[in-house]
Amino acid sequence: MAMEKRVVFRSAWLPYALVAPQLAITIVFFFWPAAQAVWFSFQLQDAFGMHSEFVGLENFAALFRDPHYLQSFKTTAVFSLLVAGCGISLSLLLATMADRVIRGALAYKTILIWPYAVAAAVAGVLWSFLFAPSIGIVTYVLKGFGVDWNWIIKGDQAMLLVVIASVWKQISYNFLFFLAGLQAIPKTLIEAAAIDGAGPARRFWTIVLPLLSPTAFFLLVVNIVYAFFDTFGVIDATTQGGPAQATQILVYKVYHDGVKSADIGGSSAQSVILMVLVIGLTAIQFRYIERKVQY
Amino acid sequence: MAKVELRNVYKSYGTTEIIHGVSMDIADGEFVVMVGPSGCGKSTLLRMIAGLEEISGGDIAIDGRVVNNLEPKDRDIAMVFQQYALYPHMSVHDNMAYGLKIRGLPKAEIETRVQRAAEILELSKLLGRRPRELSGGQRQRVAMGRAIVREPKVFLFDEPLSNLDAKLRVQMRAELQALHKRLGTTTVFVTHDQVEAMTLAQRMMVMNAGHAEQIGAPLEVYGRPASTFVAGFIGSPPMNLIPGTLAEGGAVLLADAGARVGLPAALPKFDGRKLLLGVRPEHLEPCDEAAALLVPDVDFIELLGSDVLVYGHLGADRKGARVAARLHGSMAASDGHLALRFTPKHMHLFDAETGKRIEIE
Amino acid sequence: MVEHRPLLKFVSHAVLILGAIIVAFPLYVTFVASTLSLEEILTVPMPLLPGNRFFENYAQVLTAGTTTGSHAAVGSMLFNSMVMALVVPLGKISISIISAFAIVYFRFPMRNFFFWMIFVTLMLPVEVRIIPTFKVIADLGLLNTYAGLTLPLIASATATFLFRQFFMTIPDELAEAARMDGAGPMRFFFDVVLPLSKTTMAALFVIQFIYGWNQYLWPLLVTSEESMYTTVIGIKRMIVGSDAANEWNLVMATAVLAMLPPALVVVLMQRWFVKGLVDTEK
Repeated sequence: MAMEKRVVFRSAWLPYALVAPQLAITIVFFFWPAAQAVWFSFQLQDAFGMHSEFVGLENFAALFRDPHYLQSFKTTAVFSLLVAGCGISLSLLLATMADRVIRGALAYKTILIWPYAVAAAVAGVLWSFLFAPSIGIVTYVLKGFGVDWNWIIKGDQAMLLVVIASVWKQISYNFLFFLAGLQAIPKTLIEAAAIDGAGPARRFWTIVLPLLSPTAFFLLVVNIVYAFFDTFGVIDATTQGGPAQATQILVYKVYHDGVKSADIGGSSAQSVILMVLVIGLTAIQFRYIERKVQY
Repeated sequence: MAKVELRNVYKSYGTTEIIHGVSMDIADGEFVVMVGPSGCGKSTLLRMIAGLEEISGGDIAIDGRVVNNLEPKDRDIAMVFQQYALYPHMSVHDNMAYGLKIRGLPKAEIETRVQRAAEILELSKLLGRRPRELSGGQRQRVAMGRAIVREPKVFLFDEPLSNLDAKLRVQMRAELQALHKRLGTTTVFVTHDQVEAMTLAQRMMVMNAGHAEQIGAPLEVYGRPASTFVAGFIGSPPMNLIPGTLAEGGAVLLADAGARVGLPAALPKFDGRKLLLGVRPEHLEPCDEAAALLVPDVDFIELLGSDVLVYGHLGADRKGARVAARLHGSMAASDGHLALRFTPKHMHLFDAETGKRIEIE
Repeated sequence: MVEHRPLLKFVSHAVLILGAIIVAFPLYVTFVASTLSLEEILTVPMPLLPGNRFFENYAQVLTAGTTTGSHAAVGSMLFNSMVMALVVPLGKISISIISAFAIVYFRFPMRNFFFWMIFVTLMLPVEVRIIPTFKVIADLGLLNTYAGLTLPLIASATATFLFRQFFMTIPDELAEAARMDGAGPMRFFFDVVLPLSKTTMAALFVIQFIYGWNQYLWPLLVTSEESMYTTVIGIKRMIVGSDAANEWNLVMATAVLAMLPPALVVVLMQRWFVKGLVDTEK
């Protein structure tokens, strides 16, 4: 934090009073629970929460012996890569086109940013209605093409459904960032390339895409974080992790084990592992930000 | 109105001392300019008077009262900043009235003062505007207006003209002088521009590396610079400074690269001493080779219309000291040489070690 | 663009129109479904033009909820959602702007420590501390209260950063001028900093309004009484069984009600929205 103000006010108590509300909330609702999560993760509690004993790393060891948990890791990896991959490529396509057109640009933009306003759980409800096995309108169309669609019993279709709903919801965000990135590319650069004889496709691959790569990388991290955590609503409103844990991502498992199965120790150990993952992702994001500052 | 006294003022950040004991008495109603290159400590000194920087040592007194530990608002001063520091979300009127409102002046009194200041500065028609709707010169005036309405004992100016273009700067200089004449308020003005300092100051302090090199009236500083630093800083182009050793009974300076510079009057008492000879470019005049005191080789010439600036080098193969001369009208240069002379009263001597002025008499 | 290529222009529009249709299709079907009777929805395929049950469906959900699922009236849920959507951003902006002000404009012992404490919270999203945070709320007796719903969401490192970043762009001379004018720190805060922060606050408000309105996991944990449900939770509670067992027309009417306020904010305040989005992530 290199930048500092030259002028400062002096007061022995005022700055403390000003940071106090935020610190109070931070301590009560962030640090205390996080510390408890770590503490619980070393303990084994009975189902009624009456007794607990210190078991060291046993909860973690149990997790890594649990094929469901390892499966959940895999599921999360597949899910987040699909969400990030599809989301980024689709929105890049739309943003590139939107950057080309003049007429109707605002109308396209207005429609494309709508999904951002829709809650993840509501997005889940909308898409599960469209894809409902017996009454869904998309199911009906798919049947016309000979596809037997029933995500309630087919794991891969369930995965596809949550990916579609999650990508749909995130497309606005990606689109806006790509559009901002595209508009920040100096027009003279494009014109210079055109004068050098590069056609639109060649300009896109050799000029636009490299200049957009920082934005794309940033969005990759953001989308992975989104798929890890913010898609909880999508999954809870549609598949609830099923069928047969086919869509049980890590966050959903924390919730499922902790709230529904009341396995405090196991759930807390999962929380701790998740925290480590977030810290890793944040560190990557932060390095990116630092790099961007140097530009 | 009040006098301002600086008594052996020091400033340090941690262990680095950046102002090394500066003293000056500024009289009631006087216009004083602190001038020096960037980083010399002049702005810091001004900010210490303002109360924006703590005083590490010594005392600053305003109107006889030591203000070292007073908040800026209690020092009865007003300051005009380099970037004007106008509140962007307030109108011109509110910018000027803000300080008065905080002080709890009655509304009617605030109105009278704002209107009067606006009139003096020709801002009456702009009172409803926001700063971003004003030109640079107008913003400058609003910043001055904000200082005027306070009717302080002292005005402090921190390079207020440096953001204006050259033409506007000349105009604002005139306005500042007129304003000072009219209000008669004690004023401390900081600038890095020696022309501003010369034209505005009743007295000036030339600062270098945290020291006050010289304090005096502009013409005194110009005419009898106290050190090579002042000699080089005041005047444009700067004074020619030729290092060498006096010889032949103090009649000739033996300079670098075998160059010889004659003195218009011999100084036997300094014979054999190492020193710097100083002559301002405007005090050099062309003459016959026979009467010449120095004959530099000409490097290039700048035609200014009224004057001609000639730049050259002394010594063999142009390896000696650089010399500049400001000549009137046409000049006679033959074979790339220029014969020049000067009079005894335009000759300055400085110690080669300390750079301090050597009094001839 | 640089050169005139009609085909390329045509392709661009075609892609955008296709994208817009796909993006808008679920929204359109939702609206249509909310105007149909349950029988109409259950016919396969359902009609794709609005029906005539608009008023009945919306009146039903607003006052009485569904009959097969949750019976809670959506009217009170909308109120609860609005409380979250207003208290979370206002609370967040208030506590973040004053803490950022303290960190930027004062030097005091532990300043850096506090700054890092706030910073670290970036790494602790609600999702990773579900159980213990729930326990804290329960211990404090805040289950099924507005305080329990909103307080834990109010602390935000990003908002504090955003304000800090903005304050760093306010020229130092402005604070000095205010000091010369006799303004103390709080006077400077209210007279200068706050008016200058308007844009930043507006942008943050829009983003946080949507964030507060759309909260799901947290209200799911801390509300068990129907009177405290938010709209998003309400929709979830209306879905009780497989496909045909739900009153989809009522669920979809509720979904439209749940989408409308944040959508209006996004569309009407598009400028602030985009600025808020892009700035918070920098």
